[in-house]
Amino acid sequence: METLNFDFPASRPVSRRVHVGVVGSGDLEILLEPLEDERALVVVRTSADGFGEVWRNVLDRFFSRNDVAASIEINDQGATPGTVSLRLAQAVEEARS
Amino acid sequence: MSAPSIPRVHFTELSARERAKALLEAGTFRELLGPFERIESPHLSPQGVVPQSDDGVVVARGTIDGSPAVILAIEAAFQGGGIGEVSGAKIAGALELALGDAEAGTPVRPVLVLETGGIRLQEANLGLLAIAEVHAAIIALRRYVPVVGVIAGPLGCFGGMSIAAGLCSYLIMTREGRLGLNGPAVIEEEAGVAELDSRDNRRVWDIMGGEQRVAVGMADTLTEDDPDSVARAVREAFAAGLPERHRSAKVERYETRLGVIDSSQELDGQKLRSIWAEERR
Repeated sequence: METLNFDFPASRPVSRRVHVGVVGSGDLEILLEPLEDERALVVVRTSADGFGEVWRNVLDRFFSRNDVAASIEINDQGATPGTVSLRLAQAVEEARS
Repeated sequence: MSAPSIPRVHFTELSARERAKALLEAGTFRELLGPFERIESPHLSPQGVVPQSDDGVVVARGTIDGSPAVILAIEAAFQGGGIGEVSGAKIAGALELALGDAEAGTPVRPVLVLETGGIRLQEANLGLLAIAEVHAAIIALRRYVPVVGVIAGPLGCFGGMSIAAGLCSYLIMTREGRLGLNGPAVIEEEAGVAELDSRDNRRVWDIMGGEQRVAVGMADTLTEDDPDSVARAVREAFAAGLPERHRSAKVERYETRLGVIDSSQELDGQKLRSIWAEERR
C-alpha cells in the first residue's frame, strides 16, 4: 500500500460533500468535501505500489479540465486510469447537483 | 399481453448502501456512522491493505411498513464482506441499541443483509469476538422482535456469520444466494477435490444454494433477485410476527435429522430433500 499526496490550483467550490464507489477489486471510493482554500487537495491510498507517476498524470488531466476546489480522499483497490477518471467525474457531478 | 418494458434492476447489483435504501420506505433512509465519520479499520493499513471509510458495513435507520427499522448491510465488494473489529462492532452495536429500544417497549425492526465470507483474516481474533457479540445480540433481541436475515448474492454467507444467519428469526434467500458454515473452497482445501469441487457451480448450489436451503427448511423464503421482491419478503417476515420457536432452538429436530443420514452413502440435494421431507410433516 502506498499513500500519495497531490495539490492542484482550483477556484470553483463545491456545494456539498459526496461519497462514491467502493474499495473493491478494480474500483475505488472517493470522499469529496468542500474546501475553503482555492485548491484541490488529493490524498490517495492505493493497493498498487509504484504508480505515483500514473496517478499524477491522471489527476493532472482531470484537474486541468475540471476546476474543483475541494478536499478529496481516494481509497483505491487497483482501479484503472479510466475508472479513476469516471469516479472523479461522478463525484464532482454529484457534488454540484 | 406485452412484456413489461421497465428494465429489471437486480438487488444483488446494488451496493450495500443502495440495498439498505431499497429495503426502507422511500425517503426514510438515514445512515449512522457513514463514510464521513471515517470509522475505518485501524488494522488494515499497517498490513498494507487499503481500508474503506465505512469498513464495509452500512448502518441505516428508516421505516418498514411505517415502523422504525434498522438495516445492517454488508458490502460484498470490500474484503469479500469479511467482518473485522469495526464492521463487526457496527453490527453488534446497532443490534444492542435495538435491544435497548425493544426493552423500553419501542421495538425497532432489525434486518441483516448478509454478504460475507465470515471473519476478515487480517483481524481474525477481533473479528471473531465481534461476531460472538453479534450472535449474543441476535439471541437477546429476537425475544422481542423478529430478526430478519437476507442472503441475496452469489458471494453468500459463510463462517461465523452463517451462524448469525442461522440465529435469525426468518431467513430470506435468492436462488443466487448461498449459505454454509464452510465455503466450497475451504471444503475442497480441507477434504479434497473428491469431496467437493468448488468450481462445480451446479453441485455447490445444489448443496448450499438458496433454493435448496429453503427446500430443506434451513431458510424460510425464496425470493426473486429484484429490490421490490426482497423488500416485500422482508415486510412479510415482520408481518408474520415472532415464530413460535426459533429454528436454532429446535435442537431435537436437527438431531433427528442428522440421525437419519447414512454418511456412507453418496448424498445430493434431491436425496437430502426426500430424506428430510418425511419428518417435515
